[in-house]
Parts: sequence; C-alpha cells; structure tokens
Amino acid sequence: MPKTSDLMDQVKRTQVWRSLFRHDIPRDERGRAQVVLTNIFLHLHPVRTPKSGIRVRYTWCMGGLTFFIFMVEVVTGIMLMFYYRPTLEYAYTDIIDLGEQVPLGIMREIHRWGAHLMIITVWLHMLRVFMTGSYKPPREFNWAIGVILLLLTLMLSFTGYLLPWDQLAIWAITVGSNMARATPFLGHEGPGAAFLKIGDVGLVHAGNDARFGLLAGRFVGEGALLRFYVLHCLAIPFIATILMAVHFWRVRKDGGISGPM
Amino acid sequence: MEAFKSLINWLSAPEKLIGLSTVFVLVGLRTRQLWTNLAGLIGLVAFVVFFLFSFQDPNFRIIVTKPDNVPIVLLFLFVGFFMWLSMKQAWENDERIAAGGEPIEKSEYKEKVLTWPHLVYIELICLVLMTVGLLLWSILIQAPLEEPANPAKTPNPSKAPWYFLGLQEMLVYYDPWIAGVVLPTLVIVGLMAIPYIDRNTKGAGYYTFKERPFAITVFMFGFVVLWVALIVIGTFLRGPNWNFFGPYEYWDGHKLEALVNVNLSEFIYVKWMGTGLPQFWLVREVWGLILVALYFVLPPPILARTLFKDFYKQLGIERYSILVMFFLCMVALPVKMMLRWFFNLKYIVAIPEYFLNV
Repeated sequence: MPKTSDLMDQVKRTQVWRSLFRHDIPRDERGRAQVVLTNIFLHLHPVRTPKSGIRVRYTWCMGGLTFFIFMVEVVTGIMLMFYYRPTLEYAYTDIIDLGEQVPLGIMREIHRWGAHLMIITVWLHMLRVFMTGSYKPPREFNWAIGVILLLLTLMLSFTGYLLPWDQLAIWAITVGSNMARATPFLGHEGPGAAFLKIGDVGLVHAGNDARFGLLAGRFVGEGALLRFYVLHCLAIPFIATILMAVHFWRVRKDGGISGPM
Repeated sequence: MEAFKSLINWLSAPEKLIGLSTVFVLVGLRTRQLWTNLAGLIGLVAFVVFFLFSFQDPNFRIIVTKPDNVPIVLLFLFVGFFMWLSMKQAWENDERIAAGGEPIEKSEYKEKVLTWPHLVYIELICLVLMTVGLLLWSILIQAPLEEPANPAKTPNPSKAPWYFLGLQEMLVYYDPWIAGVVLPTLVIVGLMAIPYIDRNTKGAGYYTFKERPFAITVFMFGFVVLWVALIVIGTFLRGPNWNFFGPYEYWDGHKLEALVNVNLSEFIYVKWMGTGLPQFWLVREVWGLILVALYFVLPPPILARTLFKDFYKQLGIERYSILVMFFLCMVALPVKMMLRWFFNLKYIVAIPEYFLNV
C-alpha cells in the first residue's frame, strides 16, 4: 500500500493540480511571496506589509470587516432574492415564508443584522482612519471616496428597510422620505420652490418634486417598493462595488496601509 | 432605588445629556487618567452594572429589547470602547514623543513582515470571530416583522431607521429643510473637505492627541455628541408625539407637553414692543434675517484675530473661510438647541409663507 505522502506527491504532479496551483505549498519566503502575487484575491495585499499595519490594535480590522460583511450581504441577499417578489401582493407574505417555509430560515436575520453591523463597522473604520490621521496627503481623495461609500452603505440599508413591507418599513421610509419634500427649490414644501412658477402655475408640486422622484409616487406605494428594490439589489451595489475597487486600488497606490511615512 | 431611577430619568433629558456628553468630549479628551486600562475597566464594569440593573425595569427592557434597537446598544458599547482604545494609544504615543522618542507606529513601520501568513492569518481570525458573532445574533434574535403595511394607520411615534434618528432628533430644533436636507449635505461635504482644510502635517499614520487637539476635538464632538448621542436620544428617549421619556419611564401616549416656544419676531413685536406682528413678512422677520446674517459674517474675522489666529496664518483666506463656514454650520446646531432650552425660542426667522424657517 502506498504511503499518503507518496499519494499526495502523485496528485501534485498531475496536470490538473499544476494548472490550479502555480507553486508549492508556501513554506519559504519565495513561496509566501508567490502565493500573494499569483492569487487574484490575495493580491489586494502587497507581498510585505509594515508591521504597524498588521497590528489589530492599530487598524481594528474595521475596513476589512466592512468589506467582508458586504460580501455576506451579497450572498444572503442573492438567496433572499430567490424567494422575494417586490409587489404589494406578495412582499409581506414572502417575508413570512422566508422565516417559516424556507430551509435555513435565518438568511433574513443574517442579512438584516449584518446590515446594521456594517453601518457600525463603517463608522468605526472612519473613526480609526481619522484618529490615525490617515486621510492626510497623499490620501485625501481616498478619504472622499470612503465618505461616499459610507453614504452608500446608509442608502443600501435605508432602501432595504422598505422591502419587508410591514408597518415598521413603510412608516420608517415615510418619515425618512418626507425630508425630501423640504429640499430647497426641489421639494414642494421647500424654501424657494414657491418662486419657481410660470405665471400662476407652480413648477414644483407634490407630483414632480424630489420626494416624488424618490418614491415614484405621492406616497410610499407600489412604485416606491419597486424603485427601492432595484436601488437596493442592483443600482447601489453596482456603484458601491466600483467605488470599493477604486478605494482598495488607491489604498495600494497611495502608499499602502497607513503608517507614519 | 427609585430615587436613583428618577435621577437617571432627570439626567437623560436632552439638554443634560447633550451637555454632559459635550463636557465629556471637551474635558475628557484632555484628561490623561480617563484613557488607561484602569479607567477603561471601570467604564466597562459601570456600563455592564448599569445595563443589568436597568434591565430589571420593565420600561427600560421594552425599549432596549426591541430587535431593531439592539444595534444601538452595540454601537454605544463599540464607540465607547474604540474611543478609549484610540485615545489610550494617542496618549501613550504623546508621552513617548514628549520623552524624546517617536510614536510606536514609526518604529514598527520600518519593519516589514510577509503578508502571508502574518496579515492573512489575522484577517481570517477577525472574519471567523465576526461570523460567529453574526450567526449567534441571527439565531438568538429574530428579525422584526410587524403587521402588514397599512397607509391608513400611522404608528405613534413614527421613527426613521435608527441610523437616521440623529437627523430626526434635529427636527426638534430645525425645520426639515435644514435638519433633513441642508445639514446632512453639509456633513457629507464637510467630511470630504477635512483633508483639504486640515493642513497639519503632523499625526499622519499614528495615534496622537497633542499634535492635533483641535481636529480631534471637533471630530469627536461631531461624531460622539451630534451624531451618536442624538441617535441614542432619538431611539431610546423619544416616545409618542416625539415627547421626551426617561429610560425608566412608561411611554404614555397621553403625556401633555405645553407648547411654549415663541418665534423671535413674536418676542420683538409682541412681547417687547407690544405692537403686534407687522403684516408684511420682510418687515416682520427682518431682525431674524439680520441676526442670521451676522452669525455668518461677524465671527470669521473675529475668530481670525483671536481663537483661530494660527489657523488663519497657516491656511490662508480661502481655506480659512471654508473651515470657519463649516465650523459655524456645525455649531449652529448646539446654538439653536441652547436657544430652545434656555429661551424657548422656536424660530429665529419664521417665514412659513415660503417654508423658510430657521
């Protein structure tokens, strides 16, 4: 009977194995550099990192955790999309089914609590970056990207809040979107909107102001549900993914993990 | 016991809570003794004891165990912990610098380690720990689902999602166009402007407080007081009709609060001059408009000669003007709060004809 190590050597010599892994198990310095360079996921990192940059006490790992929770949200979100229909008729009952009929029925819990957690980790990431002065040159632009990503995280959570279509959902979105009514010039109850008129006909009214654009209607109804669904599942994640790529790219290009340069 | 509870109820009224947290930021950041292991431990124990004690109270339990409010308890704990962690390291570095050394990050920065395994390993542990926490949370607490949506039945209070409750709490003091549109926009733009306004080259890449006290104090004031504390108030302490309720108080929907707030124009024309409000809005509100204009015109040159003298010299007129404008907009919130608490002032400028209330 062949020994296990011999068998393993056999496997490693096969064409399949060698096409998957371009190098041996990383045991020496060269291998450890190679594994980071040849793997698309690991190559987000540089081969070598300053020691200060890997101390948890310094970075709190908050940016990484935020990215990881985003991926958790994508995966659980895709699973939820298999069962959820964004219509007044089905939305609420589909949510009930998610908990009661669907195997592994805690996907909605992971998705919801993950969303809350992501908001907290984004804020703490911002706190860490501020407290270590990591927004200072040459990282000014990346800080701005980060602020937009923070805003997108809030918008992701806000749009998702409507989807269960229960009392909590529509009233939270009603309260939130009522603000848009008061947008200066663009909301029909905002300062300045009264001046935008031709003769006696007002140009900004409840049927075309900023809130109407957000809700696709005069109140939170079918149009708002579809609009928030598309924003939540496609539009905002699309923008956020692009900006995340820019964010990570710029971390590397602007001198790597922050430290006293 | 009851006396303690009523003391806490009394202390958690917005003016006291905001006042106390402001003092905590302004004085606390400068107090070395707060950012030690001992102080951190005392703070943690105090929080746990307070929480366990309060949990016996039915009213406190109802509001804290609402599923969507759990994140705020976490937020409170995390913000406290990470504020302590960063300030502790900042003070340690400052002491090292004062003794002629360099911040610990500086000595460690020169040393490079291999990403695989050192960094990848730490990332993996963080991910696993967080996943365990998230799974436990998801198994233990069910996601909330209330009755089906009913546009005809407005709940009281109607609240936005918890992370926007700071903004909703601002609605007490400012109209929606400021609290819901202008201020959030300024927060976003102001945050993005930070690196272009803060030209202090020190403190890049390591924790420090003494090398950038102004930046850290202002940021902490904005984050801890104007954002987190307002969220805590908006979530835990605002009940039906957005009335204030202490943490141990029953949310009585019939609680009556006298509406005693008065506009500046009513102060001037009714109370002081006794002539009654003028018909034309511009005459009526001209004093308020002048006051608001003065608020934005007078302080910049005065501050440039006094408190912000060094900034003015260092930044130049353009950057300085932007800094002061953002600063004044930020301070406008506590200013209006104080006017409300101490003078019952409702609006400085009240032009409901054009939805322009300040």
